[in-house]
Amino acid sequence: MRRALGMSLWVAMVSAGLAVFLFLPHFVSDFHSRDLAQAGAFFIAIIGLDLLTGYTGQISLGHGALMAIGGYTTAALIVHEHWRDVWTIPLAGIAAGIVGFVVGLPALRLSGLYLALATFALAVAMPSLIKKFSGLTGGSQGLQFLESSPSQVTGLSGKVTVLGHTMTQNHFLYYLTWSIGIVGLGVAWLVVRGRGGRTFRSVRDSEIAAVSSGVNLAWTKTFAFALSGVYAGVAGALYAIQNEIVNPLSFTVSISILLLVGAVVGGLGSLSGLVLGALFVEYLPTLSTNVSTREGVPDFIYGAAIIVVMILLPTGAGGLLRRLARPLTTWLYTRP
Amino acid sequence: MALLAVEELTRRFGGIVAVDDVSLDVGEGEIVGLIGPNGAGKTTVFNLITRLYRPDNGEIVFDRRSLLRTPAHGIVRRGIARTFQNVELFGSMTVLEHVLIGRHARRGRRAREILGYVGLAALAHRSARELSFGAQKRVELARALASGPRLLLLDEPAGGLNHEEVGELGALIRRMRQDFELTILLVEHHMQLVMGVADRVHVLDFGRRIASGTPGEVQNDAAVIEAYLGTNA
Ligand SMILES: Nc1ncnc2c1ncn2[C@@H]1O[C@H](COP(=O)(O)OP(=O)(O)O)[C@@H](O)[C@H]1O
Ligand SMILES: [Mg+2]
Repeated sequence: MRRALGMSLWVAMVSAGLAVFLFLPHFVSDFHSRDLAQAGAFFIAIIGLDLLTGYTGQISLGHGALMAIGGYTTAALIVHEHWRDVWTIPLAGIAAGIVGFVVGLPALRLSGLYLALATFALAVAMPSLIKKFSGLTGGSQGLQFLESSPSQVTGLSGKVTVLGHTMTQNHFLYYLTWSIGIVGLGVAWLVVRGRGGRTFRSVRDSEIAAVSSGVNLAWTKTFAFALSGVYAGVAGALYAIQNEIVNPLSFTVSISILLLVGAVVGGLGSLSGLVLGALFVEYLPTLSTNVSTREGVPDFIYGAAIIVVMILLPTGAGGLLRRLARPLTTWLYTRP
Repeated sequence: MALLAVEELTRRFGGIVAVDDVSLDVGEGEIVGLIGPNGAGKTTVFNLITRLYRPDNGEIVFDRRSLLRTPAHGIVRRGIARTFQNVELFGSMTVLEHVLIGRHARRGRRAREILGYVGLAALAHRSARELSFGAQKRVELARALASGPRLLLLDEPAGGLNHEEVGELGALIRRMRQDFELTILLVEHHMQLVMGVADRVHVLDFGRRIASGTPGEVQNDAAVIEAYLGTNA
């Protein structure tokens, strides 16, 4: 009986979420849908970062670099190989997943702040690396999609037809990004739900106890890095497609930091609040400029907001949601 | 043939020889005590057996095969589970989740059954971090039992328990051997407990094995008395 009630609550919540996803673009301007699409790309990257940092406890301040791998994979395939943009997304995910795996290997020897600094160094080095391989990446100019490849799903005409529905390009980007985001959230949920989540968290909580319980630390940590890389790569691909250009400035150090802020605000180690983390990252800059555009003021408000949120929500939005729902969940899941 | 045989095991840390040419054995179905003053090298022996440390010399054989080719995370799959002197719990997990993790590598009995056995059924959904030290020790025990081990290594299970609890623990250890068909190697400071439950005892002092035998034999051994009086004095 209680199980059934819990189930139906769950279904109701998921349906409500899906309804918001489906109808939101019709309540905001077309232009606004594009911002929401970008928030969706952040959402995907933040899920990946949460799997890595929140669940296995490996701090990455270099996820912008993994997004860059995805973004440039997409751009290179479109510009050099004339692929359709959406078909590049899986490859971008795989490419960044492989790079994530490779980054994860030396990361085995580092932990805590040292790992954070090493990944940060990667993010710092990425723009120069990109410029170095200018044949592939277009150097400082970057790669522009439109001129080189007019046959994209998105682009030029301003309208896109999918499954008989014609919609604006911005709406299309919104639906594309958030559909992938929802699938990504579902996959993450399946990964962390039972055994996988316990394995991930055991590594974060106590390496000694994890090893003694049979957890292969090296494998678990590099797998998390690779998986996280796939999310970052897909996010980078979508980010590139949305902007129709990539250049060394597309994936700056500040994206890496913002993603970590988003994961912390959303709630490290839980999935339920990450949407809010993504919206925070997307809208806080705009909101801060709305307050005042005087020199330095937006930056100040921006920084202050991050600090205030962290003080008010030490466990992030996810933690808050869990606390609010606790009376309900204990009632539903404890035996009378 | 002993289930576990440690042969001429040595481990140094810098200038300290924590375990010095130690040989000892544990027969199938036995409860064997490993005792000795603080710093004698008991925990280091456990860490060597479970492959958290690499020995400088020596061999460890379990069930006729060397353990030294098994990585640390493979130990539980070979059938060896342990608890820790200073509990090592998963801070974010409930009691039940600890037991479930115990069952990942190798399936022992059902989680609920084990929780009931060690008296934690009512605390299944509590965060292990919030529990008393005694209850946390039982969580470790439950996690270890959940992997269905053949050999259980207990590192000072009585640490932090009061007199009455120590008595219950002794009874529990004997019962576990029966009910789970276990072999137990027990590191303990609490003499009364060891002497009450162990079939045999090995004594370490400054990394060396100074005596082995039944509790009665060891208690009257001159070297053992010397080691204990020496540190107490
Ligand atoms: N990881 C380590 N690094 C350095 N010294 C260690 C380490 N582990 C144990 N030791 C040293 O080895 C000796 C034996 O310690 P231990 O095995 O913990 O003793 P016991 O468990 O018998 O009290 C001690 O001198 C201790 O300081
Ligand atoms: Mg010890």
